[in-house]
Amino acid sequence: MTPALLDRRSLFGAALTLVTLPAGAAESLKPEVDAAIREQIGGVAATEGGIALRAPETAENGAFVPVTVSVHTAMTGGDRCRAIHLFATNNPTPGIASYSFGAGIARAEVSARVRLAEGQTLLAYAVMADGSVRRAAARIAVTTGGCLT
Amino acid sequence: MTTPRIRVPSSVKAGEAFEVRTLIDHPMETGLRQQTGQTGPRRMITRFEAHADGEPLFAADFRNGTSANPYVAFIARFTKTTTVTFLWQEEDGREHRASQSITVA
Repeated sequence: MTPALLDRRSLFGAALTLVTLPAGAAESLKPEVDAAIREQIGGVAATEGGIALRAPETAENGAFVPVTVSVHTAMTGGDRCRAIHLFATNNPTPGIASYSFGAGIARAEVSARVRLAEGQTLLAYAVMADGSVRRAAARIAVTTGGCLT
Repeated sequence: MTTPRIRVPSSVKAGEAFEVRTLIDHPMETGLRQQTGQTGPRRMITRFEAHADGEPLFAADFRNGTSANPYVAFIARFTKTTTVTFLWQEEDGREHRASQSITVA
């Protein structure tokens, strides 16, 4: 009985992942979003994977959405993350914040609170010490827009 | 208004990872938000820096998408007792500072 339940749950989880990842990757960005991303990371092509963006599926208050970005890196020697950049794809202006890490940082992880005008996809980019760039996306539904409160 | 709040352990083990949580009371008014049909004047903190004994530890550039009362948490690791200084800079030049000593046992 329990294994059947677990199976169904994991199947459901797998289906969700399959649906959301290609949608996020295929989504074409608005020109101003693309420009804001280029301004921070240049023309480097980002790869998916090695970065996690944790955010609620539904945010009741768009003025205050908790997000955490963590990058899978040892933060030692050449294997480190230099900076994380966050963008909103459907806000009046796309920039949320950029975070940069110095020598005393133990993990390439940052938690913050972001403002979202409406339901949209949030993008996180991690710039690594070797110049490579990783990307993660999260779709967030917003009940009350952050520009109203 | 603009009171920084820092949450760190007062004592950690050498090399142990610990979370540094920071928050500053601030409206982060973008100048774009409409309230009863009007937009208020823009007032933003655009830069946050944390230094460990004077060395750059963590920095953030805040843009319009950062919430009011900007909260930032990051994870540090020290090998010796360290004083961390925190600085928030507003776009108009106003600055807010805080510092916290972390004892490495």
